[in-house]
Amino acid sequence: MQVKTVNESQLATAPAVSSSARVKRMLREGGKSFTLTFFVIVLLAAFLSPLLRITMNSFKTADQVAEYGTPLYPAKPRVIEYQGKEYDIYKVPLAEGVRELALYKKGRVTSEFLDPANLSAPPIVWEGAWRSLDRAWDFAPTLSNYQQVWDLIDYPRLMFNTVALAVIGTIGTLLSNTLVAYGFARFRIPGKQFLFTLLIATIFLPAAVTLIPTYTVFVKLGWIGTWLPLLVPTFFANAFDVFLLRQFFLTIPREMDEAAMIDGANPFQILWSVILPQAWAAVIAVGIFHFVYTWNDYFGPLIYLSTRPDLQPIAVGLARFNSIYGNKPELIQAGTIMTLIVPVIIFIFAQKYFMQGVVITGVEK
Amino acid sequence: MSSFKELFSIFHLKPNARREALYGLAFISLWLIGFLLFTLFPMIATLVFTFTNINLAQEQSLQFVGLQNYLAMFKDSQLHNALGVTFKYALIALPIGLALPLIVALLLNNKYLRAKGFFRIMFYLPFVIPFVAGIFAWGGLLNPEQGWINQGLEALGVQNPPGWLNDPTWVYPGLVILGLWGIGSAVIINLAGLQGIPTELYDAAKVDGAGWWATLWNVTLPMMSPVLFYALVLGVVGVFQYFLVPLVITDGTGRPGGATMFFNLYLYKTFFTFQNMSYGAAQAWVLFLLILALTVFLFWSSKYWVHYAGDTR
Repeated sequence: MQVKTVNESQLATAPAVSSSARVKRMLREGGKSFTLTFFVIVLLAAFLSPLLRITMNSFKTADQVAEYGTPLYPAKPRVIEYQGKEYDIYKVPLAEGVRELALYKKGRVTSEFLDPANLSAPPIVWEGAWRSLDRAWDFAPTLSNYQQVWDLIDYPRLMFNTVALAVIGTIGTLLSNTLVAYGFARFRIPGKQFLFTLLIATIFLPAAVTLIPTYTVFVKLGWIGTWLPLLVPTFFANAFDVFLLRQFFLTIPREMDEAAMIDGANPFQILWSVILPQAWAAVIAVGIFHFVYTWNDYFGPLIYLSTRPDLQPIAVGLARFNSIYGNKPELIQAGTIMTLIVPVIIFIFAQKYFMQGVVITGVEK
Repeated sequence: MSSFKELFSIFHLKPNARREALYGLAFISLWLIGFLLFTLFPMIATLVFTFTNINLAQEQSLQFVGLQNYLAMFKDSQLHNALGVTFKYALIALPIGLALPLIVALLLNNKYLRAKGFFRIMFYLPFVIPFVAGIFAWGGLLNPEQGWINQGLEALGVQNPPGWLNDPTWVYPGLVILGLWGIGSAVIINLAGLQGIPTELYDAAKVDGAGWWATLWNVTLPMMSPVLFYALVLGVVGVFQYFLVPLVITDGTGRPGGATMFFNLYLYKTFFTFQNMSYGAAQAWVLFLLILALTVFLFWSSKYWVHYAGDTR
């Protein structure tokens, strides 16, 4: 490809623009900016709308979820008490405009309404089918779905399992991958290129091709129905995290290692006091990636813990809950929020490290 | 393989170099042990299984049966269906999985866009949501009556909007739409790739009078080809192993009418439901060889379409 370079000064000597033309251009660019940003906001809203919908539904009563034509936000019909009875409030179109009135006497052709502000006044007669009217709603979120799910799903237990699995697995991941990545980044080992290629090749290996013997061995060891099949492998490194950390370690200048070595530091001391202090961003990225990965892992816990619901993490618990309470969408949606809330909060606080980690693994190939 | 032989030259090194090599080996030994225990040994064991008749559902004496398990695949119409399902899904999912993150990244990289950092974070956000939770949240979109996709289609005047996950044809685009919530990671990778394109190239294209399309075709796409290549390879590896979403949605039944009985799902059913270990192992090796062949093909083809700036590979 031929590349022509443009001299900065050539651009600068373009004919001076009159101020009105400049204002016009600013307006045009502002317009483009506004249109594009608005379009992306709409796109994002569509993209995230399911999240908003389940959040809303999780605060609704079962009645509201089941009823057609209710507001999108959690609400209950507005009622008023009069002489010991409850009357529903409807939006009634009258000559002077739409008014919110209590339905007092239902009729097929005409109905009588009371003014909530002045209940003792004579009823207002309205002609038309009251069923065609819209009801008035009050914003009324309920926490009862969350309370029910909390007990039904044994949320504290699932939460404890998930956090314990995530924390232990993250420790294993950080320890093993840091050591292995350091080995690949800094030492001349005969055949290192071959070993590294082998490591990367495992990314392309379908899990099914190793599953049955591994599973059989875990059965023989008596590890099925325990956390060990999920935790032990994390202490033996994995291709993605080694790759990410190695790429990062390679960007740290070697001169500092060498200076430390001359001072008599051994390789562990160099890793600890020279490499790690400069690689925190990558280490944190690996840590939170693994933490979130554990939170999301479904198949591993499903096959190894299927007989022990008391040891399962939340993702498996939620799927199990769905197969039992699938006909109660408001409960499923509350459970869904309770499952995703922790990774989302972690992400919001640590999004900088997520972005860095993604970029290192994705681009610097 | 020449570098494989290098492994053994450790015995001929000078003391200092040997010390370094031994330290290095000690550091990577955790992975080496893990590789032998959790990858190489199980792979070989799986291969051995394929030539035997291990079936936990039937009592029979262990025998070597030669290529019987592989030959059985030629007559297994359910397996053919599963392979067809996987290819159909791949043909829809891969192009969309490559193009859509690039399109979103192009939008997010546009100089006229405000609040770029905010959008970047928000598009990535659903990626961290557990996929079981994601299915329950984003699956609602595809509800034939209440999902807003069909409500939108009806508002546009579409008479019979698709039944999505209940329809044997529309289930594939449905599953692709359902998978979109996780495109955030790919968007960020594409965005980083776009930001890495030297601005001089765009200036030069402008001087040459290239329009938006010509710039996209002659500058952006060639410069993005390494990123797209990486996404394509990982996409192929992922799409041929796809089964978790249908497993959760249909409980592994393949509803509607076997349309979601993906190859990998059939494989896991052979293992865990029918407990025919040897036949499942043979399927696993076929899957492995299929993915290997496609990956090798992609790497071979990359020299014709992947443009590595500044280095001659």
